[in-house]
Amino acid sequence: MDGFLSLFQSYNVPAAFLVNLELTFWSAIFSAILGIILVVMRISPISSMRRVAAGYVELFKNMPLTIIMVFMVLGVFAQLKISFSDNFDTNFFWLAVVGLSLYTAAFVCESLRSGINTVPLGQAEAARAMGLNFMQSATLIIMPQALRGSVAPLGNTLIALLKNSTVAAAASVATETSSLMSEMIEFRPDVIVQIFLIFAFGYVILIIPIGVLTTYLSNKLAVRR
Amino acid sequence: MRAIHYASMTILNETQQDAAREDDGKYLVELEHVEKHYGNLHVLRDINLKVKKGEVLVIVGPSGSGKSTMCRTINRLETIDSGVIRIDGQPLPQEGKALAQLRAEVGMVFQSFNLFANKTILENVTLAPIKVRHMDKTQAEREAMDLLARVGVDSQANKMPSQLSGGQQQRVAIARALAMHPKVMLFDEPTSALDPEMVNEVLDVMVELAHEGMTMLCVTHEMGFARKAADKIIFMADGQILERGTPDEFFEHPQTARAQEFLSKILTH
Ligand SMILES: Nc1ncnc2c1ncn2[C@@H]1O[C@H](COP(=O)(O)OP(=O)(O)OP(=O)(O)O)[C@@H](O)[C@H]1O
Ligand SMILES: [Mg+2]
Repeated sequence: MDGFLSLFQSYNVPAAFLVNLELTFWSAIFSAILGIILVVMRISPISSMRRVAAGYVELFKNMPLTIIMVFMVLGVFAQLKISFSDNFDTNFFWLAVVGLSLYTAAFVCESLRSGINTVPLGQAEAARAMGLNFMQSATLIIMPQALRGSVAPLGNTLIALLKNSTVAAAASVATETSSLMSEMIEFRPDVIVQIFLIFAFGYVILIIPIGVLTTYLSNKLAVRR
Repeated sequence: MRAIHYASMTILNETQQDAAREDDGKYLVELEHVEKHYGNLHVLRDINLKVKKGEVLVIVGPSGSGKSTMCRTINRLETIDSGVIRIDGQPLPQEGKALAQLRAEVGMVFQSFNLFANKTILENVTLAPIKVRHMDKTQAEREAMDLLARVGVDSQANKMPSQLSGGQQQRVAIARALAMHPKVMLFDEPTSALDPEMVNEVLDVMVELAHEGMTMLCVTHEMGFARKAADKIIFMADGQILERGTPDEFFEHPQTARAQEFLSKILTH
């Protein structure tokens, strides 16, 4: 018990978790936007659009996140000189958000597509037969019904995103949890078990509500056939 | 159902009926030398077909003969390899706005109803008039309620499709198609997915529509409906039209062995 107390006194653990939550929040928003664009491209009647989206998803789904993060710092920032802010911390934070968003968008696209696959083909055909165009069919008929089947995989994607936000350390975001954990282990090797427990439980506590929310939404959005 | 049995209640209003009757004799749907393959399967072979305004055409034939495929090519849910399809004199547009516009004028009723599962009954009927025809919401709702009353499901207007019986859903699907004021209606086995006791409530609506002058192409196995409502019957087998004639000619004097065999199977049931 004393170990925990002294750790909390000398390190600001909540602040580190807050950084991961912020990374997750912004990446969730940007990856959702990009993921929706990708899935619309993937089901669009234009074959070149479908190919570009499929290529993107294959590429980012199969690339290790660490490599994307390192590339954001060494490639995008150091080599291409693309920078978000003169403040180093702010700059690396947003570089990490971009890397996480590009990566997660591929999974958002796949989650939405699995939801779309649960919508019977007849729904799109009826929409087309009535004279609705592709965008109208997608936004008024297909997507609202697809959302229900997408909730569970989207929830899993969000959980993965929150855990993946620790990889931001690879993009030099030194204030987030895994960086803090390394630092604590280095200076307080006497209480390694406690350090481990703090971070493990911290993530469990953050992730449980996501699961509860997913189940709730799955039931609430149910489309009866 | 009750609604359409009253003599004074009709499904189409007066102007629609007049429009449907005027210049009878003009061809509304024309297919010329239409060919289609699915890979090696030759599903449509040299299909030639003309349907006049106000005419009711019933399409019969064994399973797999290409009836649905032909029906679906008429609003381009399926593309064709060669040949020409014209609606009201205009060749089918390739895609884009013009195609959507044309589809709006061709009503389609599916075997599996395909009501929009995330919309109420009323919204199902008003959606396309509002989004495609840019009709204002109150007018669209007024017309929709009118149509729903005429097919006898107005009391269900605020329910979701899954809460209705199959027969009710199919009548809503007909109302939904009619809300676009289509020039022609396509029916692809509209009663095949229904429990037997619900078949007649849908057929009654179709007979009523036929009598009111709607131009209709119906794929169906309901021979009673064909006798009652059809002006012409075509018999398809293996992607070809083998026979065409009036219901009397077809039922009493089928010419080909295929048609005789088909009829003997279907009529002995
Ligand atoms: N999308 C498709 N891809 C490949 N083959 C298809 C496709 N759709 C239909 N077919 C085949 O084309 C043939 C004609 O099908 P179609 O559905 O038009 O027949 P049908 O006359 O409507 O039969 P049914 O009475 O069973 O509805 C069938 O052999 C069918 O298996
Ligand atoms: Mg069929």
